[in-house]
Amino acid sequence: MSVLLRHRGALVGAAIVLLLAVVALLAPWLAPHDPNAMRLGENLRPPSWAHPFGTDSLGRDVLSQVMFGARISLVIGGVSVGLALLGGVPIGLAAGFAGGWLDRLTMRLVDILVSFPTILLAIIVITIFGPGLRNAMIAIGIAQVPLYARLTRGAVLKVKALDYVLAARASGARESRVLWRHVVPNCLPPLLVQSTLFFATAILSAAYLGFLGLGAQPPTAEWGTMLSKARDFLRVAPHVSIFPGLTIMVTVIGLNLLGDGLRDVLDPRTRIA
Amino acid sequence: MTWRRLLARLIAGVPALLVVTVLVFAIVRLIPGDPARILAGDFATDQVVGELRERWQLDRPWPIQYVTYLRGLLRGDLGRSTATSLPVAADLGERFLRTLELAAAATVIGVLVGGLAGVLGATRRASAVDYLATVVALVGVSTPIFWSGLILILLFSVRLEWLPAGGTGGFVHLVLPAVSLGLFGAGVVARQTRSSMLEVLGEEFVRTARAKGLAERAVVYKHALRNALIPIVTVVGDQFARLLGGAILTETVFSWPGMGRYLIEAIAMRDYPVIQAIILVFAACFFVVNLLVDISYGLVDPRVRAE
Repeated sequence: MSVLLRHRGALVGAAIVLLLAVVALLAPWLAPHDPNAMRLGENLRPPSWAHPFGTDSLGRDVLSQVMFGARISLVIGGVSVGLALLGGVPIGLAAGFAGGWLDRLTMRLVDILVSFPTILLAIIVITIFGPGLRNAMIAIGIAQVPLYARLTRGAVLKVKALDYVLAARASGARESRVLWRHVVPNCLPPLLVQSTLFFATAILSAAYLGFLGLGAQPPTAEWGTMLSKARDFLRVAPHVSIFPGLTIMVTVIGLNLLGDGLRDVLDPRTRIA
Repeated sequence: MTWRRLLARLIAGVPALLVVTVLVFAIVRLIPGDPARILAGDFATDQVVGELRERWQLDRPWPIQYVTYLRGLLRGDLGRSTATSLPVAADLGERFLRTLELAAAATVIGVLVGGLAGVLGATRRASAVDYLATVVALVGVSTPIFWSGLILILLFSVRLEWLPAGGTGGFVHLVLPAVSLGLFGAGVVARQTRSSMLEVLGEEFVRTARAKGLAERAVVYKHALRNALIPIVTVVGDQFARLLGGAILTETVFSWPGMGRYLIEAIAMRDYPVIQAIILVFAACFFVVNLLVDISYGLVDPRVRAE
């Protein structure tokens, strides 16, 4: 922990993520206006004291929308990461721990799916289940399952060969005990790093789906969905496009910095020096 | 890479492509409803639906349907668009080339900008240049692809009026979409180049090259970079695939008439034969790119060739 505190990038990242979380939690109290209140006489106003990020085409306060959007993004990140963990970790554990044909078959399948970009896999899932925020989260989570399976398997294989696991086996520990007591806990650090980075990917992917009209539907204040509408007014009211986009960028930078920092501290061998 | 190895790689890729065909085949069957009706479109007459059902044997068990589907694919039959009633294959050709053009231009930009930033960062470690390159790379990977497109339009089309905001019609139309997409790739390439260069620069043969009095430029570009290329090539190949995916967004922002925009239009119109075909073409692209990356290992590293 103290190492993490001395890591400048990780600190900046953690600060950004913390700020996002606070804004998301306290949005109803922090937001200056009701994010859905339309004031048709005040549409597309540039930034001012009353509306620091300006207003959108329906006169809604962009800052309040961005703040409430933070809630949605946190939920998207949390749910998608949760789903990817739930789906990917058991597959990776089974493949890595059991080995043999099960391992070969699963990993061939995983290799094929990993070569697909997340956005395309998510679009395939959306095509089947239909557009919407809930389906977007499911789609993004499912799209990351192969990556988690591969990562978990890699970690299991590494841990499995270590002396203390061999020692546990030699001392007569049952397979299930070896798995849960010794292998699983040691697979957690790379998964934590990946989850932080994937949280960023999930927020980006949800914004992409929202922008393409396949994710959250208006009037939900999801960042990508906001930008999809704002784009029509790019010439007359650029601020409606600039602020939500900037928020996504800063959020993703924060998560990436935190993820890189965690990796440096927890898993020094894979460090991007 | 010898021809035998190439052939072996090609054959090894067949199961992968088969898995993708199963996936694509399953899409239409997983959507609730009658697949014949889904493939024929919302406005098709009962007669058309009947013909499709018979042609693709849609009332038979799934394995038989799948074999019929594969046979069609091998003949180059991708079905007919429900929106235009034209064969999908005919519609797709032009759009495929457009997407390829965009992704290739973006990859070139990504490799040049990212590679340069990575090399500069590694050779001047912990300097202002390194710091700047790292920040640029971080911003590159963290900026939403469609948003960088919007900002570029705002700057270069709306404010400065230098470049068109969208459409096609020559090199000028390619610049903004390619830069927007390329910046994303540049971030990833810069990070990988920097880290593999740092690793190689610490090796003994680099010290030897310096000790025998070679110019620093020769040490960096002829000795270090060549040896750092393998992980970089892997990332570039991977990025090309990601940029093909990202093209879906860039094409939407810039009204670029490629495969990605076609896919989004097809999803909006529930034009399933088109959706299926585009996903297959994307998958085939990833397969070819992976193969090219494998071949290039042999070109950049003689040790791989000798194996």
